[in-house]
Amino acid sequence: MRYAMAVDTRKCVGCSDCVVACQTENNVPVGFCRDWVVEVIDGTYPKLEIEIRSERCNHCENSPCVRCCPTGASHYAEGGVVLVTPHKCIGCGACIASCPYDARYPHPDGHVDKCTFCLHNRVEKGLDPACVSVCPTKCMYFGDLDDPSSSVSKILKVRKFKTLIPEAGTRPQLYFLI
Amino acid sequence: MSTRRDFIKISSIGLGGTAVLAGVAKWGLGKPSDTMATNALHPPKRFTKTPTYCEICFWQCAGWVYKDEEGKIQKITGNDDDQHCNGRFCPRGTGGIGQYYDEDRLKTPLIRTRENGKDIFREASWDEALDYIAAKMKKIAKEHGPECIALFTHGSGGAHFSHMLKAFGSATVAAPSFAQCRGPREVGFLTTFGDIIYSPERIDIRNTRCMVLIGSHLGENMHNGQVQEMSDAIDRGATIITVDPRFSTAAGKSKYWLPIKPATDLALLLAWIHVLIENNWYDKEYVEKYTHGFDELKEHVKSFTPEWAFGITTIDPNIIRETAREMYNAAPSVIVNPGRHVTWYGDDTQRMRAVAILTALLGSWGRRGGYYKPEKLHLENYPVPPFPEPKRKPTDAYNGRYQLANEVVANGLCDATIPSVERACNLQAWIVNGTNLLAAFPNQANTLEAIQNLQLLVVVDTMPVELTGYADVVLPECTYLERYDMLRNSNHRQPNLALRMPAAEPRWNTKPASWIARELAAKLGLSAWFPWKDMEELLDWQLKSAGSSLEEMKKIGVKNFPREVDDLYFTPGEDVVFNTTTGKIELYSTDMEGEGFDPLPVYTPHEEPPDGYYRLNYGRAPMHTFSRTANNPNLTDLMDENVLWVNPKVARLWGLKNGQPVKLKNQDDIISTFSIKVRITERIRWDSVYMVHGFGHNNKKLSRAHGRGINDTELITRVHVDPVMGGTGMRGNFVTFITDFEKSGKEVLS
Amino acid sequence: MKEELIVSGRLNHLIDPQLHIWHWHIPLYLFLGGLAAGILFFAALFTIRGKENEYPTSVKLAPFITPVLLIIGLLALFFDLNHKLYFWQLYTTIRIESPMSWGAWVLMIVTPLSFIWCALNIKTIFPAWDWKYDWLKELEAFFRKHVIVISWIMLISSLILGVYTGILFSAFNARPLWNTSILGPLFLTSGLSTGAAVIVLMSKNKHERHTFAKIDLMLIGIELFLITHMFMGFLASTQVHIEAAELFLGGPYTTPFWLFVVTLGLGIPAILELLEIRGYKMPYYIAPALVIFGGLVFRFIIAYAGQASRWLY
Repeated sequence: MRYAMAVDTRKCVGCSDCVVACQTENNVPVGFCRDWVVEVIDGTYPKLEIEIRSERCNHCENSPCVRCCPTGASHYAEGGVVLVTPHKCIGCGACIASCPYDARYPHPDGHVDKCTFCLHNRVEKGLDPACVSVCPTKCMYFGDLDDPSSSVSKILKVRKFKTLIPEAGTRPQLYFLI
Repeated sequence: MSTRRDFIKISSIGLGGTAVLAGVAKWGLGKPSDTMATNALHPPKRFTKTPTYCEICFWQCAGWVYKDEEGKIQKITGNDDDQHCNGRFCPRGTGGIGQYYDEDRLKTPLIRTRENGKDIFREASWDEALDYIAAKMKKIAKEHGPECIALFTHGSGGAHFSHMLKAFGSATVAAPSFAQCRGPREVGFLTTFGDIIYSPERIDIRNTRCMVLIGSHLGENMHNGQVQEMSDAIDRGATIITVDPRFSTAAGKSKYWLPIKPATDLALLLAWIHVLIENNWYDKEYVEKYTHGFDELKEHVKSFTPEWAFGITTIDPNIIRETAREMYNAAPSVIVNPGRHVTWYGDDTQRMRAVAILTALLGSWGRRGGYYKPEKLHLENYPVPPFPEPKRKPTDAYNGRYQLANEVVANGLCDATIPSVERACNLQAWIVNGTNLLAAFPNQANTLEAIQNLQLLVVVDTMPVELTGYADVVLPECTYLERYDMLRNSNHRQPNLALRMPAAEPRWNTKPASWIARELAAKLGLSAWFPWKDMEELLDWQLKSAGSSLEEMKKIGVKNFPREVDDLYFTPGEDVVFNTTTGKIELYSTDMEGEGFDPLPVYTPHEEPPDGYYRLNYGRAPMHTFSRTANNPNLTDLMDENVLWVNPKVARLWGLKNGQPVKLKNQDDIISTFSIKVRITERIRWDSVYMVHGFGHNNKKLSRAHGRGINDTELITRVHVDPVMGGTGMRGNFVTFITDFEKSGKEVLS
Repeated sequence: MKEELIVSGRLNHLIDPQLHIWHWHIPLYLFLGGLAAGILFFAALFTIRGKENEYPTSVKLAPFITPVLLIIGLLALFFDLNHKLYFWQLYTTIRIESPMSWGAWVLMIVTPLSFIWCALNIKTIFPAWDWKYDWLKELEAFFRKHVIVISWIMLISSLILGVYTGILFSAFNARPLWNTSILGPLFLTSGLSTGAAVIVLMSKNKHERHTFAKIDLMLIGIELFLITHMFMGFLASTQVHIEAAELFLGGPYTTPFWLFVVTLGLGIPAILELLEIRGYKMPYYIAPALVIFGGLVFRFIIAYAGQASRWLY
């Protein structure tokens, strides 16, 4: 089982609903965010192009954060989802420094926090992660890459896609449809 | 004559006085961020949910409010059965809990008093505040007439207050959303098709094959249903054509982006009409059967060639032809989106007429993928005694002008508050609910002058917005999450009802508008018009009359009903009579002609920015609504201030750096109160600057919004009033940069 | 023109606009740990080579400050933690892939060893020391019997202590400035060099001072070489590495680095040492003091500049 997420940059309008929904679903403290929206504009007026992406932790297959964690608090859970066990985390910050996507942040409670793909509170109950469920443009897909009938497997078969800084060697599992 | 009204900062609440804080359950809880991460230490909670419909914007999506075991509101999601949102709320709706938890909310009624030569607010009980208001209202009614009391409203509270006011004898009710926003399109389409566009707009985006956005920035303006359907349309390969001087988000998703020179849209529309007619790219059968005035139109647009338009709009003539062809190829499943905030240069009704004409030529009105026929449920009204007939109508306020306006012109009422030789009397009192008029009306000086002439200003709001500083009485309304309101009964593909019920008790000493209106009515001796025991009784009665019940609605939230009449679209060959003078779609408008306006739209050039000045463009961001969400903690997390978009060429000219704060000065030498950070971007033309509306708040009680960014309204001093329906055109203002300024700006409203 | 920006207002504390997850605690620890490693290394080395008496300060005196240095360093690390009460989780597992885990365990070895070493040499400071209890005396005898074994353990673990922090940083490919395999040896060399400098400062023995000055000079030479190659490597590497190098070549860290670390901390001491070897008379404490100062500033600059270098946005 390999959970992955795909975001269609052609449809994403950058409304940031995914950010607020994640906040209210997961009690993310105000002032922090587990996901964010990036806008890239290229060109000169009026020859312009725009790409809008909803980003979060990529739940990498070869994640430096799991590798460098001294206590094993950062670990691979079901489906390759990278999670942090708060009572094992000492708050050393190594994983934060090791993430090329800067996806982690120090939670006020002391442990390190980041996107969890809503594994325990939603995915295990048969729902999509909060961001995927709320997106008004329905531009996000989530599912099991090892299951050819999942929405994310199907969309990756028919659309061109990319990942972020693949040269960092982390094998991210967040795909951007372009 | 009343003494000069000073702006009172709500922070200066007087001590002493008869402050009685009738404490309702005081929530000692902090922000929702109560650091309860779902982890091994804090297992996930069980939730209960109650239905509501959102009040943050006018789309009023229906959804569910989730509460945990302690009754604390956790999150808000959409109702899957709701046609407005299809189960998905927009970021403002999702962030609605921020409005509930905002500690800066108004907490208790306030009355203006004079103490030590200064005006301050003192806390008062509801009884006291309402007594004060009732006494003043009775006095004004006796001296001038009840019609001199006006209600300005935006949102659900309007139903309650206008009902009370109607019982009192006044029909002087206006919503700024007409003349400050969608008015021109309603009148433009009404005079053409005999019907209005409604809200949500009756456009069939999800079935369209081509959508033209001319003055609409979908994706940045978050009309939930429209953005959702646009996404569906993109999936199905629909062509999107965006006409915008700015590279909007929608432009980024369009097949064609026409970077039009600002203020020249009407020329483009006329050229399109010319191209369609010249090449016979129009629905001949439809035009023949349903329209009136085609020959006049053809003659009228003869000279409006793409080459002519090119000289005005700078859009390549071939592109004009190509895009016209695209529209025709997709017809009748083509939508020229009527937009929303269309009050730009004063000739807006004429421009919307051109959009309507284009729509008619393409045959998309009443067709699949174009404009559908919405239907609304016929809901019974709880029986009340007949209302008294007001001696004066709101239209008397603007003296015979704006005869074609199908709704009350709010700025007309505002102007009618200032004594003038034109009128025998002026408005004496305003009740304002859910709209910050100082940000909604352009030309703040005019609004302030009007306010100075009021005997009574009552502001009913949830937040201490700028207008509250000028009020005589401030009444704190609770948020939509804490109250019942009338059923949402909207025009849509299917008739539907949505229920709003409270998810929590009102915080502090706030009350719902339904209660405030009812109690005020009691003090005015109008209880006969509020015969129901409480909102639950009223709602249950209405729902039972519609074949449902309050109990059922509490469980399902939204109920869709089958359509009673007609299909969603015209049937082929159907004989349709349009609600116009000729009974047909009036390409040539007899209504306009009758009032002495151009029956066919004519392009007039508009003023261009003087040297060193740039046109002030403004718009929306998807995470905010008007100026009302600028203090919401969940939403300020996403965007806490606006930035000024400046073209790199302009930035080079002025030596501006990315992130540099600047102040703006407009053509009337008005300088912005605060400063704004510069964003150097290629997305904006070199003759314009752009910012998101709704920031630059000037009230320290709005802790997260005070001083953040610039309030564009204060720079909109030149207003181009549309002679047809009174709309206030706001895009004709120009600004220049002030790079050298003191950090602490002078406060205008101090 | 290309614009890349976060439009949803991400401003995570200590992450945006620039990573600042580690403050002064970490560079302080790096310095103290490196210094302690250097001192203990030399103590162990010369014990193994049987030169305890030729270099008495190195073997018997300088190590006395190492427990203090290590305890302060450990306290600094502890106070840097965000989830302090759970720090003991570090010692419930050994994670081979995590240099921080090695570090935690190495410190568990080196710190007691440094205490033992001090205990063995306690008579240097307190000539009349008496262990009083029999079991203590037996313990001391046991350790003294196996002093060579202890030295070897200390040698290796102090080398690990000196190098692992550099490896820890270099394993973060997310911070391009650190992502060079030269960083480990560079930290080690710097640690050894500061250790040698402390020994020079503390020693009353001219021969010892001279030897260690020469050792220090050699180590400074190696350090300069490694630094040069580190930058050459960055500039010949990918775009993010070039940008990382530019932090020091015109960027905000240029002056502090080249002035305080390279010139004051390495170049001038090297020149002073050379002159001293040639026979010029000068106060022996200037060069080592500069080396120690340079070592401290070096750790701070690397720790902060590394957090300023990133892949995205």
